[in-house]
Amino acid sequence: MASPSLANPAPFDPDARMPAVEWMKRNLFKNAFQSVLTIIVSFAIMSLAWLLFRWGVLDAVFVTNDPQVCREAAGACWAVIGVKHRPMLFGLYPYEEHWRLVLMIVVYLATVVISLWPRFWNLRILVPLWIASVTAITVLMFGGVFGLRYVPSNDWGGLPLTIILFTGTVLIGMPVAVLLALGRRSPLPFARGISVIFIECLRGVPLITILFVAVNVFPLFLPQGMEVNKLLRITVGIAIFFACYQAEVIRGGLQAVPRGQYEAAASINLSYWQTTRRIILPQAMRIALPSITNHIVAAMKNTSFVIIIGLFDILTATSAVMQDPLWRRYYIEAYLFIAFIYLFFGYALSRYARQVEKWINIGRI
Amino acid sequence: MLDTHDTNDAVIKISSLCKWFGQFKVLTDVDLEVRKGERVVICGPSGSGKSTLIRCINRLEEHQSGHIWVNGLEMTDNIKNIEAIRRNIGMVFQSFNLFPHLTVLENLTLGPTLVRQMKKKDADALAMQFLEKVCIPEQAHKYPLQLSGGQQQRVAIARSLCMEPEIMLFDEPTSALDPEMIKEVLDTMIELADSGMTMIVVTHEMGFARTVANNVVLMADGQIVETGPPESFFGNPQHERTRTFLDQILKH
Ligand SMILES: Nc1ncnc2c1ncn2[C@@H]1O[C@H](COP(=O)(O)OP(=O)(O)OP(=O)(O)O)[C@@H](O)[C@H]1O
Ligand SMILES: [Mg+2]
Repeated sequence: MASPSLANPAPFDPDARMPAVEWMKRNLFKNAFQSVLTIIVSFAIMSLAWLLFRWGVLDAVFVTNDPQVCREAAGACWAVIGVKHRPMLFGLYPYEEHWRLVLMIVVYLATVVISLWPRFWNLRILVPLWIASVTAITVLMFGGVFGLRYVPSNDWGGLPLTIILFTGTVLIGMPVAVLLALGRRSPLPFARGISVIFIECLRGVPLITILFVAVNVFPLFLPQGMEVNKLLRITVGIAIFFACYQAEVIRGGLQAVPRGQYEAAASINLSYWQTTRRIILPQAMRIALPSITNHIVAAMKNTSFVIIIGLFDILTATSAVMQDPLWRRYYIEAYLFIAFIYLFFGYALSRYARQVEKWINIGRI
Repeated sequence: MLDTHDTNDAVIKISSLCKWFGQFKVLTDVDLEVRKGERVVICGPSGSGKSTLIRCINRLEEHQSGHIWVNGLEMTDNIKNIEAIRRNIGMVFQSFNLFPHLTVLENLTLGPTLVRQMKKKDADALAMQFLEKVCIPEQAHKYPLQLSGGQQQRVAIARSLCMEPEIMLFDEPTSALDPEMIKEVLDTMIELADSGMTMIVVTHEMGFARTVANNVVLMADGQIVETGPPESFFGNPQHERTRTFLDQILKH
């Protein structure tokens, strides 16, 4: 069981604090065979590193507007990022309005950074904060007020779209996941039945099918004249898919909470919801945290599916931009740039999750 | 209004209680009466149904036939009854069952603030009062797993007391503890007994039974075999089963 307070001692590591030479002797040059292997492998690594360094730095072109310069160079053409970064990052959004997207990203990152700070974990702070920032982001993205030009969601793209999809998925998906997980273990047969059917059916089909339904089938059921924004539909679609997987992860956490916790709560007369909210869920979420993070990181990458409604998230926007015949050859550099952005967010997320686990272990949260 | 039943002066009255786990009959026609301020110790071999019996009293287990009245109120499926009865009953478990993600103080104030709707400040004061009673006020801001077993069990007792129950149930409160910690928990329980609390204690601590109990009950195979005040229960047991049990347990 994940106990919050007793810091788990790190497993004993005999290599810790060993002098470097001693460490190498022990781990790399233990015997002749190992030494040969070590030498071969380090030679391979070093030559590869050298090749990469020559390609990426020594022979690379960093700034130019002329594809011809890149053509003549032997190395990477990082200049493509300088030339194409705006359509890659912002998609089809009108060029002169890109400042709005920059502002949107700033507002978003500020909101996220504040929300991740345990000191602000208070609904009286977080709810207004998110309402304010979602409003600000909506205004910035759509415009149409305060003299901002109206931009329909069909023209959104790139990083802001990825951010909106990802955040929407998590914000809608996590509560649904918790409810599904609770429903699946509910004493009420009705709640249990609904949750099981929901989870099993949706987990069994590919995401693309769910999105197809959300985009093409769902509108058929709406009354005439009523329309739900396509982007919203697809966000909900991805969120529900996310929720079904996440629900199973949370259920695992719920199962790991010992029965005695329920009994102790019952013995002091807590109601079902009080028990769930104050006793069971906090412990279950702590236990399931590593897998929850896992699914959240995966959700970030599922955002590329918006391509099916003709929207371009950061990845598909880049593919589209790289159709340009003048710069097409430098797609590797462009994709590396995008990979770096994904990596940045993904890595930040997992570092943060590690930090949360640490806080849990020292009993801070 | 809830149904009430005249149980004379018994705060707990159990009559012909039967319980099955599936096909397996755990309790057979159990009758028991506990008067206000009385201390009853239940002992018996492992698997004889002691835990099941006291867990039926606050509905951690459901019985299939027979009756349980607490303060004249019958324990039924009715959630109102269950809540009303649980309000009068505190329970201490063998494995403490403290909430590990909450501090000691939060463990104690959770019930008072959520169930009894006390203000946080009042609940804190109440909690500190009971922590002092169990002699660990200085641990209020630690987490349960930072405490020793004996301290954890005393916190668990204080947590129950914060609900200000009339009756306390103890299910082997000392059997998960190291010998040197058993005494501190027993001392707390003795103090509680001296304050006039009605208590049902499942335990194998025969010293405790001798000095504190008004009545000692032996259970075997889901039935009550013998009941009596400690002098006669230990000094002059009526049943062979009691004698063999006492022989075994006192030898250790
Ligand atoms: N949830 C359950 N499902 C099925 N059988 C159970 C369950 N709980 C207890 N039992 C069985 O009921 C019988 C009585 O159990 P109980 O825990 O009441 O015994 P006990 O007298 O408290 O024993 P111990 O001294 O070991 O705590 C045992 O045979 C046990 O295996
Ligand atoms: Mg037991």
